Amino acid sequence: MRDLRQALEMTAASHTGMVRPHNEDCVSTVGELGLAVLADGMGGYNAGEVASGIAVTMITDELRRTLTEAPSHLLNGSRHGKEPGISTIVQEVIGKANGFIYQAANSRPQYSGMGTTLVMAVLRDNKVTVAHIGDSRLYRVRGEKMEQVTRDHSLLQEQIDSGMLTKEMAGRSQNKNLVTRAMGIDAKVDADVQILEALEGDVYLLCSDGLNDMVEDDDILLTVNSLRANLTLAANQLVQLANDNGGRDNVSVVLIKVKKAFPANTGWRARMMSWFS
Amino acid sequence: MAKMILSLDGMVIRDYSISEERTTIGRKARNDIQIDNLAVSGEHAMIVTILNDSFLEDLGSTNGTLVNGQAIKKHFLQNNGVVEVGKYKLKYISDQPAQGGMADFEKTVVLRAPAKAEAATAAATAGAGNGATVTVIKTGVRDTVVNPDMMRTQGSASPITRTAGVTTQGFTRSAAVQTGGVAATPSASGQAVATGQAMGTVQILSGPSAGKELPLNKPLTTLGKPGVQVAVIAKRPQGFYITHVEGSNFPLVNGKMLDAQAYALHDHDVIELAGVKMEFYLKPGA
Repeated sequence: MRDLRQALEMTAASHTGMVRPHNEDCVSTVGELGLAVLADGMGGYNAGEVASGIAVTMITDELRRTLTEAPSHLLNGSRHGKEPGISTIVQEVIGKANGFIYQAANSRPQYSGMGTTLVMAVLRDNKVTVAHIGDSRLYRVRGEKMEQVTRDHSLLQEQIDSGMLTKEMAGRSQNKNLVTRAMGIDAKVDADVQILEALEGDVYLLCSDGLNDMVEDDDILLTVNSLRANLTLAANQLVQLANDNGGRDNVSVVLIKVKKAFPANTGWRARMMSWFS
Repeated sequence: MAKMILSLDGMVIRDYSISEERTTIGRKARNDIQIDNLAVSGEHAMIVTILNDSFLEDLGSTNGTLVNGQAIKKHFLQNNGVVEVGKYKLKYISDQPAQGGMADFEKTVVLRAPAKAEAATAAATAGAGNGATVTVIKTGVRDTVVNPDMMRTQGSASPITRTAGVTTQGFTRSAAVQTGGVAATPSASGQAVATGQAMGTVQILSGPSAGKELPLNKPLTTLGKPGVQVAVIAKRPQGFYITHVEGSNFPLVNGKMLDAQAYALHDHDVIELAGVKMEFYLKPGA
């Protein structure tokens, strides 16, 4: 497995915000594997942290093992027909973590009802695999445009989809916090998985709703594009913007910049190279 | 239930409860809120209520509609918001208690699939009693998952008390994007500072663009040459801050080199970056 740090730059920031007593968000990035996971936990006492912590740790560890050990053709799946592709692997790993959180929530009263949202990205072979559950988001900044790649699993989004609310009205709605899907709530969970082409210069932003509820899209885009030369500063600046605007929720961000193309090492050339390395 | 209090020159005329999905305001008799005055258009404005949120929309009236003194086309009504139509004032009073449980309420809550369908139907038909159904989602189950059965039973039993835990609209996250929001929220007060803030400006002192002025009206303004040396000035509620972004040289302020930390700029600070000198100064706020 090739180290992706040559091609990708990744940074993360997470902050409690200005109002909440503690941070229930959890973030992890593994630069060499092109992996980023972000979860926004919910549940009383400290259970929110527990749920998001389990999700991030389990998914990161499982994928680290799979991505490091499995030969490339296994991850690419389709070529041989039989093997699972990356999206199946991601779904399985999420399912495993979900089952674990669900069990923990049901076996200990203090964890009862805990759950977490999830957004994650796996970058490999010039593609980004995005999976999400709930209202944590992934945005893609390409050139001067920012696009929201994930569609929230929230009551609000459903109202927008059904035409009951316009996007403008939604920005001011009170019902921002009702998610319709989360990890740890049922024995099974269905993540939305998408695979997109990644291009040189793209910046991917993963965030909890503490960012997109507090900071306008235009200001997020302005921050990413003016500070893309210093990704850590950009991430901190986004957190700061959310806090300057009130910081009513925990705020977490991951930024991933594609510095250059990152094709997979497959075929005879890669195998030859691996003999020499 | 939310209501509007109609008054003229400080004298209360009457109040109207906002129970329907649509409440119309105008001179003609068929309006829900009729104001028989020539300054008011026949169909002047309309209030659309979805769940607990009310939106005011001007229906192309001749003399316009103001909310908290500002002309609007469409506006999200907040508790105690004052709508002006001609010389008449309509004060919007949200039905929800003003205090308590803000943090709890804002915690994310999960709705299970059957429950969300219920909630969606409730919202779709949002009529008089249905507001209660939605309130249940917000109060009873915060921090937890909505149990679909509970949803159903509670939804049908309409006389449900609106307990603490629901907050007024002024306290929701949306305040951050409101103009004229309630100053009690950190975000709103932050904005108040920002708008009353003196306008930060940078004037180039040397080099080919000497004399040029750069207004710092965006949250971030970058200075310098990409790839060589770049710094950014962030406009924050507390003031203006300069931070090094890229390049092996750090910017100088009044001849002293910055480190990686943000530096709070003072009026008439001289910044030197990529060989160009510039002065930061504050223009008095408009």
